[in-house]
Amino acid sequence: MNKMLDDDQIFNISPGRHVDLDHHCQNGGYSALAKALAQGPETSLKEISDAGLRGRGGAAFPTAEKIKMLRANTEKLRYIICNADEGEPGTFKDRFIMTHIPFQLLEGITIAAFMAGASEGYIYVRHEYPEAQKILRESIEEAERRGFLGENILGSGFSLSLKLFSGAGSYLCGEETALISSIEGKKGRPRLKPPYPTQAGLWQKPTLINNVETLANIPKIIEKSASWYRSFGTPDSPGTKLISLSGDVQNRGLFEVPFGMTFAEIISEYGGGAKTGKAIKAVNIGGASGVLIPPEMLFTPLEYLACSKTGITIGSGAIFVLDDTRSILSNVQNRLRFFLHESCGKCTPCREGLRQANLILDRLLAGEAVRQDVSTLERYTRAIQEASFCGLGQAAGNSLRSSLAYYRDEYLASCRDNKPSFIEEETA
Amino acid sequence: MQNINITLNGKVTAVAPEITILEAARQQGIDLPTLCHHPDQRVKANCRICVVEVEGVKNLVPSCSTRVTAGMNITTNSPRVRETVRTILELIFADHPQECLTCIRNGNCELRQIAAKFGVRDIQGEKRKHSFSQDFSTPSLVRNPDKCIKCGRCAEACHYIQNVGILYSHNRSTEISISPEYGKQLADVACVLCGQCALVCPVGAIHERDDTDRVWEALADPQKHVVVQVAPAVRVSLAEEFGFPSGEIATGKLVSALRSLGFDRIFDTDFSADLTIMEEGHELLDRIANGGVLPMITSCSPGWIKYMEHYYPELIPHLSTCKSPQQMFGALAKTYYAQTSGLEAKDIIVVSVMPCTAKKFEAERPEMDASGSQDVDIVLTTRELGRMLQHEGIDFRMLPEAEFDSPLGISTGAAAIFGATGGVMEAALRTVYEVVTGKTLTDLNFTTVRGMTGVKEASVDLAGMEVKAGIAHGLANAKKILEMIKAGQSDYTFIEIMCCPGGCIGGGGQPYGTTNEIRARRIEALYQVDENMPLRKSHENPAVQELYQDFLLEPLGELSHRLLHTQYCSRS
Amino acid sequence: MTAIKEVVNRFGKEEALLLQVILAVQDADPQNHLSEEAVNEISREMNISRSRVYSTASFYSEISLKPRGMHIIRICTNAPCENANKASILAAIKQELGIKIGQTTTDGLFSLESVNCLGACYMSPAIKIDDAVYGDLTPEAAVAIIRNLRKEYQNEQNA
Repeated sequence: MNKMLDDDQIFNISPGRHVDLDHHCQNGGYSALAKALAQGPETSLKEISDAGLRGRGGAAFPTAEKIKMLRANTEKLRYIICNADEGEPGTFKDRFIMTHIPFQLLEGITIAAFMAGASEGYIYVRHEYPEAQKILRESIEEAERRGFLGENILGSGFSLSLKLFSGAGSYLCGEETALISSIEGKKGRPRLKPPYPTQAGLWQKPTLINNVETLANIPKIIEKSASWYRSFGTPDSPGTKLISLSGDVQNRGLFEVPFGMTFAEIISEYGGGAKTGKAIKAVNIGGASGVLIPPEMLFTPLEYLACSKTGITIGSGAIFVLDDTRSILSNVQNRLRFFLHESCGKCTPCREGLRQANLILDRLLAGEAVRQDVSTLERYTRAIQEASFCGLGQAAGNSLRSSLAYYRDEYLASCRDNKPSFIEEETA
Repeated sequence: MQNINITLNGKVTAVAPEITILEAARQQGIDLPTLCHHPDQRVKANCRICVVEVEGVKNLVPSCSTRVTAGMNITTNSPRVRETVRTILELIFADHPQECLTCIRNGNCELRQIAAKFGVRDIQGEKRKHSFSQDFSTPSLVRNPDKCIKCGRCAEACHYIQNVGILYSHNRSTEISISPEYGKQLADVACVLCGQCALVCPVGAIHERDDTDRVWEALADPQKHVVVQVAPAVRVSLAEEFGFPSGEIATGKLVSALRSLGFDRIFDTDFSADLTIMEEGHELLDRIANGGVLPMITSCSPGWIKYMEHYYPELIPHLSTCKSPQQMFGALAKTYYAQTSGLEAKDIIVVSVMPCTAKKFEAERPEMDASGSQDVDIVLTTRELGRMLQHEGIDFRMLPEAEFDSPLGISTGAAAIFGATGGVMEAALRTVYEVVTGKTLTDLNFTTVRGMTGVKEASVDLAGMEVKAGIAHGLANAKKILEMIKAGQSDYTFIEIMCCPGGCIGGGGQPYGTTNEIRARRIEALYQVDENMPLRKSHENPAVQELYQDFLLEPLGELSHRLLHTQYCSRS
Repeated sequence: MTAIKEVVNRFGKEEALLLQVILAVQDADPQNHLSEEAVNEISREMNISRSRVYSTASFYSEISLKPRGMHIIRICTNAPCENANKASILAAIKQELGIKIGQTTTDGLFSLESVNCLGACYMSPAIKIDDAVYGDLTPEAAVAIIRNLRKEYQNEQNA
């Protein structure tokens, strides 16, 4: 799996290999925690800041900045939440982290909590990952027994009480305010921002919420230094990204990839390229919330700056390949159905917009749509993207918009009035 | 705090910091459209039709929830905003039944008004065929779930203002439904029928049961003698239905209007409010003197009574056994009035006009038949009366002043203030003070019990006997007092509770657009009515005195008990 | 003590635990669901209004308010599985069980549901039965798993 370097990378996940607490410690595990506790939160935070770690859940917010915002609060009761509600279709990286290297995750959570000044925490794991829940529960108990969690960790005086909370089947609970609602025992409906969770999150207290992969990055940075971390990746995007590769490639799986490799390189070197005799038609990057891009754009490097310039959302880092046997519209329909199912239903553009978008896609695939429908779809897409309450609607809108931008011809080709004999209608 | 400068549609303007864009725009004369927003409720930002452009922000922002910052550059009228708002409205319409012609909100539907303003001419979206069944299960409210636009105002009123919580958002995505659980009807859950949900619904998804046809039928029947009684709150609210500003006192015009509809007698619930003070005042003194259950709590608000019966049945003994003025009136109309006017009770139809939806339920309570048949036959809300008058084409402004009929139309200022929170307490104190001390009250104004504060207190010394009064309005506040009583921490003697915020003038049957600001103006108007009346103490009402002399004989007497007192049941 | 009371005692009565309690009550239910009686009892034990308990339960797709079978078969509906021939797996399962998505077999043994992304896209098409995920399926393999479970059940019944 580790194709690039002989050196240790950040994760070193091997499928089928579960790293228990002893092995974790043998390989340098929990030395970072000891170091952080000894040097104090400010020094540790500087290391994370120098390393340039950014959130791996999709928003890519600089992690050190987030923790600094928490530290700026006068409120002393603070929470940490590990967002393990991995629901982005095509993504399985967090699942592997939790089942294979749980102690690296726990160590990362503990160090992050120490830096943020949080004394209570939750790991919110989706209900569809019972194996991960079981392993994490057992790991937390074991870490507590060995003094790596709970009261007076490693004799430092710092305590962290960590609980596991289960999700119950709602993709939207991966959104931070909806996640907070769910931990508070309510429906997973998103809340108004501001206030942001760093000011008023769980029970209105300052809360640090980070993705599994983000937190699991922390131990190696503290253990081996920010400059070691920066030896991977690019100046804009240091480190590595866990890529969930699936679809029409030779090798599907989880790959730890340094930032800076192009998507084309990732697909060919890790994925073995397309299946024999087939060509790549489109690649979905970032899961359902991401974009669908044509092969020409695959020469963009996996890097936050480069991708934002070309409009590619890295998001969770899922790469799903479609070859030339696939229908673009079917893929779009599949993603729209997903969003409609997961919408909380609170706001009009998302609920009603996605409902109508689904109907239009169904008509297109049944050959019953007209060109006017495509213009209407574009108009609805703008409203969904620009006026939805939360990121789900905005992402659904963005995803739909990108498919319309790159594949408008496919949409029009499916219209029954696309034949030259039809007079072009005035579009609204 | 220092004002800040923002740019609104190209014009630089100074505004207070921390206000919302919506407020800032309104101050500048720009009325942005809203549906889920309500000035008395928390910001929801669901409907998204208030979105505007802010420079530097990628997507549009909701003006109801976004606060202004110094230097913010806002555009409300760009093509982008216009297209987005029109599209969102189109999306709402595609999901809404196209039955505007026959809908009860035709004429005052907020959605329709916005549609007209925004010129939505074409609905591209596929229209949804709904299959929710209507809910006619209660005498007070009707639900049409198909028409719900998911704004959430009703759930907010039910949960946070009334703290009852039977309307909740269930399921998700397009399956979302704001309703009782398990698809139950209102009669199957602990709904108190206060109608605060109906009062805030922007469309016809939940509204009062319309009884106007029954009244037309009664008025057209030559065999029937139709009398009408009007609640105190109605005289300071009805004019709003005809474009008058809130707080307009229109008692005289109201009587004229009812006369022109064809009622045989125009009587006043204020009369029986005075009577209620007599009965309830003596009941209070009796409990104090003879170790009865204290604190005693008023019982004229049927939404409040139903709330007690559902949620605090163990505290029922605290309730006064007095009926509400509406029900006392009905019982007397078909006995005392029938006798003194030589009519047969069976030929009398009693109609009441109330600010309240729960009164429809109260009239149909099985025990409200002391006269031998249903004491109050039909209850109309203020809104329904407004509709009847519009149907008749009556120009409210041109109506002459007129007087209520005798004897059941004679009242005092103490009765008028029944419609305001604290009014029943004040009326009771005016009478009880004089009965106990034997002295004449010089200052009739117990101002400490007035106003919109949720829970109020007052202490009155009655010749050495201290009466500690507690007043609450809105059920969330009522709950606070009840929990105190339950915990044994209440030292009140007498408590007035009104189900609706502001008291009856804020009732579920009042004109649409009721806000706390408007409630305050209606309250002020009632105290004005009181001040302008020649008699301001219930026991000085000559018609009430005559009633006791000739008929009832004494407060809490045998006939009073049979006609004017009632009992309650546990519904938990 | 009823099963529900036991769950509430184990977790605690704070309203924050409502979702966790609902999940545990559902797990302990032989028909894998949250019944109306369960809603009423949770409401009483935790002092949370019934409408709020119902509202929370009805929001989440892993919570069922209708009775289900002993084994819940969940089939992923997202693009990676869809493109990996999920349709034929689904067809084979439907034929074997004689039910559609959202239904339960008459013997109460199996319920068939759709689920959003199991995180098994590297081995799609995948299904989840109870807590186990099965990947790289063929229609025959899927049917074999189900038949195995049925045999196990029958053996237990006969023992």
